[in-house]
Amino acid sequence: MAARRLGSRFGMARSDKMFEFSVMAVAGLTLALVWLLVAKMILDAQQSISGFGVGFVTGDTWDPNRDVYGALPFIFGTLVTSAIAILVGVPVSIGIAIYLSELAPPWIREPLSFVVELLAAVPSVIYGLWAMYALRPVMVDSIEPVFVALFGWTPLFDGQPVGLDKFVAGVILAIMIIPTVASVSKEAMRAVPDSQREAALSLGATRSETTRMAVLSYARSGIFGASILGLGRAVGETMAVTMTIGNANMISSSLLDPGQTMASLIANNWGEAQGLQLSALIEIGVVLFIVALIVNVLARLSIGRFMKAVPTTGGGL
Amino acid sequence: MNRYAYRKLKDRAASGLALACVVAALVPLVYILAEVVRVGAPAINWEFLTSRTKGTGEPGEGIGNAILGTLLLVGYASLIGLPVGLLTGVYVSEYGNNRFGTTVRFFNDVLANFPSIVIGLLAYALVVDMLNVGFSLIAGSFALAIIMIPIVANTTEEALRLVPNSLREGALALGVPRWKTVMKVMLANARAGIVTGALLSIARIAGETAPLLLTAFYSNYWSASATEPIASLPLTIFRNYNSPSDVLLHQAWGAALVLILMVLTLNIGVRLFMMKRNRKPKVVKKTWKTRLSLRA
Amino acid sequence: MISVNGMREPSNPSSSESDEKVVMPHRGGNKAFIILALVVAAIVIIAAAFATGLFSGGASKESVTITGAGATFPMPLILKWADEYHNETNGKVKVNYGGGGSGAGITQIKDKHVEFAGTDAPLSASESTTYGLVHIPETLGAVAVAYNEPNLLALKLDGPTLSRIFMKNITVWDDPAIAALNPGITLPTDQITTVVRSDSSGTTFVFSGYLAAVSQEFDSLYGQGKSVNWPNAIGASGNPGVTQTVRTTPHSIGYIELAYAIQNQVPFAQLKNHDGNFVTPSLETTSAAAAASSTLPSGDGDWSQVNILDAPGANSYPIASFSYILIYKELYNGQTKMNRTAAEALVEFLWWVVHSDGQSYADELYYAPLPTSVVSGNEATLNSITYNGESLR
Repeated sequence: MAARRLGSRFGMARSDKMFEFSVMAVAGLTLALVWLLVAKMILDAQQSISGFGVGFVTGDTWDPNRDVYGALPFIFGTLVTSAIAILVGVPVSIGIAIYLSELAPPWIREPLSFVVELLAAVPSVIYGLWAMYALRPVMVDSIEPVFVALFGWTPLFDGQPVGLDKFVAGVILAIMIIPTVASVSKEAMRAVPDSQREAALSLGATRSETTRMAVLSYARSGIFGASILGLGRAVGETMAVTMTIGNANMISSSLLDPGQTMASLIANNWGEAQGLQLSALIEIGVVLFIVALIVNVLARLSIGRFMKAVPTTGGGL
Repeated sequence: MNRYAYRKLKDRAASGLALACVVAALVPLVYILAEVVRVGAPAINWEFLTSRTKGTGEPGEGIGNAILGTLLLVGYASLIGLPVGLLTGVYVSEYGNNRFGTTVRFFNDVLANFPSIVIGLLAYALVVDMLNVGFSLIAGSFALAIIMIPIVANTTEEALRLVPNSLREGALALGVPRWKTVMKVMLANARAGIVTGALLSIARIAGETAPLLLTAFYSNYWSASATEPIASLPLTIFRNYNSPSDVLLHQAWGAALVLILMVLTLNIGVRLFMMKRNRKPKVVKKTWKTRLSLRA
Repeated sequence: MISVNGMREPSNPSSSESDEKVVMPHRGGNKAFIILALVVAAIVIIAAAFATGLFSGGASKESVTITGAGATFPMPLILKWADEYHNETNGKVKVNYGGGGSGAGITQIKDKHVEFAGTDAPLSASESTTYGLVHIPETLGAVAVAYNEPNLLALKLDGPTLSRIFMKNITVWDDPAIAALNPGITLPTDQITTVVRSDSSGTTFVFSGYLAAVSQEFDSLYGQGKSVNWPNAIGASGNPGVTQTVRTTPHSIGYIELAYAIQNQVPFAQLKNHDGNFVTPSLETTSAAAAASSTLPSGDGDWSQVNILDAPGANSYPIASFSYILIYKELYNGQTKMNRTAAEALVEFLWWVVHSDGQSYADELYYAPLPTSVVSGNEATLNSITYNGESLR
């Protein structure tokens, strides 16, 4: 028996090596494949890159009629809608995280967390459908007029509420990033050692003061990372935005004006673009890829030790 | 009001605000589900689920081919995505304590949250364009598989990490070859986590629209051919959401209902399963029955 | 085989029952694994069933599928044709039409991802010769100016005013220019929201062609095209999208094919035509516009100058247009998946479409039937289509 075991040792080593190699090959293959495709994408964008150079990123005209393309309106659209998403979504998410982590009675914590995470399971196209028929009337009839009344004198809310604009797109994005930002922030807060809370409480702090002093400041970097992760999702979101943003390839200061993001432009024009326009569209894809990459990498680095908590199964984009 | 009462009031207000945030998040969720059920349910009947789309807006259309299309897209994608994701996760967990492993892990983390439209672009570049297959089921499945792989890899890695080291060491100490240890011992014990990850990834890709826009196109016919365009539930919604035709609009809502039922069933089912599993292990009297099952 | 479950192993099987407690192992995943395996298996089985035609309507070896894409302008009619022809051929020929706009159709047929394309914007001369595509006008339609102002029952506009509205020089409904054309009507004071196509569109090509013809300013600033750099307008996808957006957006105005406006009860404006009369878009006024046109080129000729915009004639509607189907003159293209059966089916289908078989369905969908001269031209074109050099008809 011992001899057999010894003899099979060499066989074992070989089959072990084979196994390790094949598993590594699979892992490496996926890596290689994606980078290969990115290279092809950049290659396809070559015509546009050489045609417009750096001016592509600063060009504000997208005119297929005259074959002039510039990415600025869409970078602008992506920035504005993402900014609204963060401004509206992050505070709400932090509120949810605080509730789930600090204030909720223990029996409700798990089920409630699960329900909040269900928001992420809803496919993006269904968000868009709902936004079109349920959110839009509410925005047009109730919410946008309030902003026009209060801020109509500023260029930000100049115009009449139509409901297909950057504002509505930003709001739906905010709803969509809540599950991500809330769950990661919650994990960050949960990771704060109880000793911190106890120290604050022993000094006579109320619960909200404890949260503010002990928990929030300690979990600061995790919450920041969560927000950046939410930003990453907002930047890449396509369907719900395409369905609500009004699809106008222009830059305008008013949130009540229609706009276009990089992702929604690609979704809109994909099937019909050819030649220089196609190349320009792919270059937009490259810009989006780079932006999303930077934001997501930043997010992962900030979250660091909370990596386990990061949801990897968000709803369809 | 004295200082203390003021602070208490602030505390109450802050707690109320936090709770309000929770409610604010739940309202859209409930509203969406309610709307989809309210508008979508009347459209659903057996004929609706088994007729094909026509796009004309005349009554008698259904989403049967879209349901089939989604099943096929997800099925083919899983055939590629599940094994590749699994093996990648196995690699990172078992052999990945080196720079390559870290790179793969990091890369998978980043890719898991990537804009799906960019992934659609990549799949287009390879399958539709370079391999010249054209808009097709296989191109769509390929795009979905790329989305699936990092999710499955990450959840597999996490599931494997949770298996106690003692098991691995015990098996190796007894002379079980490394690969057998991994395949039979580790995976068997991580099975629950791996399968839940797989089911969640399926739920995710079933709802994806953007990558399919650029790869699978659409079809108004029953089709199972890998190289032909194919319908899908998310695209049915996208094509018809802004239609003036009542029939087509109801098609969109009906498709939304079917899709969200699929997705929620998977998500809630998985979660219920995980809850059951996380309950304290059963402690029972040792009888012949228990001994037999332990032996197996 | 190692028993790696449970925390306490039954070391001696011969020992009788004892009161020892044992921790039941977590076998975890069994049920879920089975479900997963069943799901994947079910999918594969369904796919196989389809491949062997077990389900009704499944892919049978005899049926032919032809895929097209493009203009939404004639889409309701093309889809009707596809459906009727499916019945005509007892399920043998399936025509798929994906819409997507004229631009998409043109791109996809150039890339050989579809077998025919629908477009309201003709190809340039060089495009048709370089690619070897022929034009087959299959129907006539009109671009209606639809609007959403509940209290405005009848709106009259003319070319220059319409141009200024879409150039955002006129921004409110009660602008003097509009009031001048509509004496006696109280116009609302709201801002005008213009709705345009977000996708590359033949309808846009036709509409912008008209605006460019009647307004110098529009021509120099924007020009005719399938995509126009419209100032500050909401973009919607396809004729259906613009229709629905106008319907759901108060104070809006947009351009859509007549069929969509009528079918969805969206009010549309009367336009002042070339002769100075205010004309409502309809079958008669569309046909009148076509009647005034000069002869059309041969199928493989240069169609880029063909237009019936701002046509002369007392009853002509100024924004009317043919819609074209593009196919390759030589259908054996190597790279397409088109075999001879499919090629024959395509030509037969188009023959059916341009003759009274197909044209009889046009009326009820508010498209004008093709004049006889156009049908003859199409016959000649279809007779010239070849497969690997051999004529198909």
